Amino acid sequence: MATNEENIPSYQDLDFYKSQRRLALANCGFIDPESIEDYIASDGYQALSKVLTEMKPQEVIDEVKESGLRGRGGGGFPTGMKWQFAYDASGDKKYIICNADEGDPGAFMDRGLLEGDPHSILEGMIIGGYAIGADEGYIYIRAEYPLAIKRLEKAITAAEEKGLLGEDIFGSGFNFKLQIKAGAGAFVCGEETGLMASIEGERGMPTPRPPFPANKGLWDKPSNINNVETFANIPIIIREGAASFKELGTEDSSGTKVFALTGMIENTGLAEVEMGTTMREIIFGIGGGIQDDKEFKAVQIGGPSGGCLPDEKLDLPIDYDSLIEAGAMMGSGGLVVMDENSCMVDVARFFLNFVQSESCGKCTPCREGTRRMLEILNRITQGEGEEEDLELLRTLAESVKKLSLCGLGKTAPNPVLSTLRYFEDEYEAHIKNDECPGGVCQNLLPGYIIDYEKCIGCTYCIDACPIDVVDGRLEEIHEINEEDCNACGACEPECPVDAIIQKNYIEHFPQYRHLLEEDEEEVEA
Amino acid sequence: MCSQQCDCVEEELDLTLVKEILEGYEKKQKNLIPILQETQAEYGYLPQEVLKEVADYLGISFSQVYGVATFYSQFYLEPRGEYIIRVCMGTACHVRGAAKILDELEGELGIEDGGTTDDLLFTIESVACIGACGLAPVIMVNDDTHGRLTPEDVPEILAQYGE
Repeated sequence: MATNEENIPSYQDLDFYKSQRRLALANCGFIDPESIEDYIASDGYQALSKVLTEMKPQEVIDEVKESGLRGRGGGGFPTGMKWQFAYDASGDKKYIICNADEGDPGAFMDRGLLEGDPHSILEGMIIGGYAIGADEGYIYIRAEYPLAIKRLEKAITAAEEKGLLGEDIFGSGFNFKLQIKAGAGAFVCGEETGLMASIEGERGMPTPRPPFPANKGLWDKPSNINNVETFANIPIIIREGAASFKELGTEDSSGTKVFALTGMIENTGLAEVEMGTTMREIIFGIGGGIQDDKEFKAVQIGGPSGGCLPDEKLDLPIDYDSLIEAGAMMGSGGLVVMDENSCMVDVARFFLNFVQSESCGKCTPCREGTRRMLEILNRITQGEGEEEDLELLRTLAESVKKLSLCGLGKTAPNPVLSTLRYFEDEYEAHIKNDECPGGVCQNLLPGYIIDYEKCIGCTYCIDACPIDVVDGRLEEIHEINEEDCNACGACEPECPVDAIIQKNYIEHFPQYRHLLEEDEEEVEA
Repeated sequence: MCSQQCDCVEEELDLTLVKEILEGYEKKQKNLIPILQETQAEYGYLPQEVLKEVADYLGISFSQVYGVATFYSQFYLEPRGEYIIRVCMGTACHVRGAAKILDELEGELGIEDGGTTDDLLFTIESVACIGACGLAPVIMVNDDTHGRLTPEDVPEILAQYGE
């Protein structure tokens, strides 16, 4: 047996887990998420019992305020204060809603929680319902997560059977029921007023705030919306006490945060760390550094609402406020790591393309502004950018940010603004030198040519070319039509005699000088 | 579907299915999206007659139902094939000739990207990236993944799903 113990490392010995602080994710992977008994055996529903039998709603709210918990969906608004607004709102019918419409590309924190520990979210929601005086709750979840939906349904049924949902829970006289609403593929429904419109059966278009949902929300009733991870933290705060929660993290951002670590790093997956941990620790410690020993270029944090941070920001302790200062935002917690072979202009274009197609079209700054910005970025990545484009991009970005109706539009320019702030040189390389430093933008890549001294006329490259721009016949020298070559590189590895070279190489290597001279001769002629 | 005289026999749409689905729901607008989801699962898409039926049942206008059905990307107003062919157009697939695979599919089936064959067997849909870059170029037919393709492989793959 001793040998086994030596051979199988424990979680704590692995770099990926060593410096994680798993609080919300504590049960994930350790309990059977489809068994309510497993959840109860790991102290589940104890917090609910404590709340319903020993605490008044205001005391619950005070405890959450005291903990310093801030919304984990991205905005970082203090949860206790949000609950207070809904509690103070007058009305006999109130709703509590869980936002599980996780739509950011590169984010899967909520999915991990919903699939790995669904009861913790239910418990957080029931406690929240009791605190604000709601007897009904909705979980709005994207339809792309069928396993999470199945497990939530199972969890709700199990909780109802045990009397943890329904009438007179724990004999306290408190009634609470929960329903699941599956989304239908609209990113904007992650915005709280859009989400409520969608539950009501309308198009998921956001409405101006005020009125805030706390006063006039779902079906015009006072409503409170929190994110999945926020709810998962509630039972922990009640069970362990606000004081012990506040010991974790930084002064203004207490507790932990789950990040979805992806991109060009060695270890990908969910990483939960104390607030205030540096980006360097997450990427190079937990993430194990960049794949294939390449250079780190940037980390994209917070999805389409966030920004790209460069090397010099790696030692920034992550919390809500430090990220906003740096021009990014916590967002939901997606971290996409990029190496030297990424193009920051292309990344900005990618996110803008995403928000542009997901813009609901209701307000003009977002609908038209993001479209114009996308057109400019498309031009730049195609090598047709002009020098005044950068100023125009900045002006448009500021307007869209200031004037848009909802969070989607207000944050849509962030990926552009942050890449302009930290990687302006890449934009300039595209515009002034027709170069893409990351080697991504197809139109700006130097094409290929064939060394006529080496070519044996085997036709392999002709077969490999996806756009048929190589001319030649068997046993005759082949030639690439330089005008039309899109530099995809498909031909290069096929050549048995290494006769295919990228054009920008020829001036650097003496053995290709004959190709260069030929070029010049052509120019003279 | 046919606007002009042709040989195909227009199939009468069976509205009993949607009526059965509607009976399971209260007449409230909040049930609109769940109803559309269940109806689409049954019909494969949302025909106009069905949307009208839903509007009548819920007591809301047809334009409201149409507005919702066109707002969300997971609702389809045109019939879709039994087999949805997703052609990956991601970076890796692009470099390895995804365009040729798409050309071949379009040629074989006689439809364009986004279109559906008249016999409602196949729909072609180009997608941004299906995350199987190691197998590039790659397509998915419903849940099956076919990778490392050449245009010559296409007819054989389609034959697997034909009658």
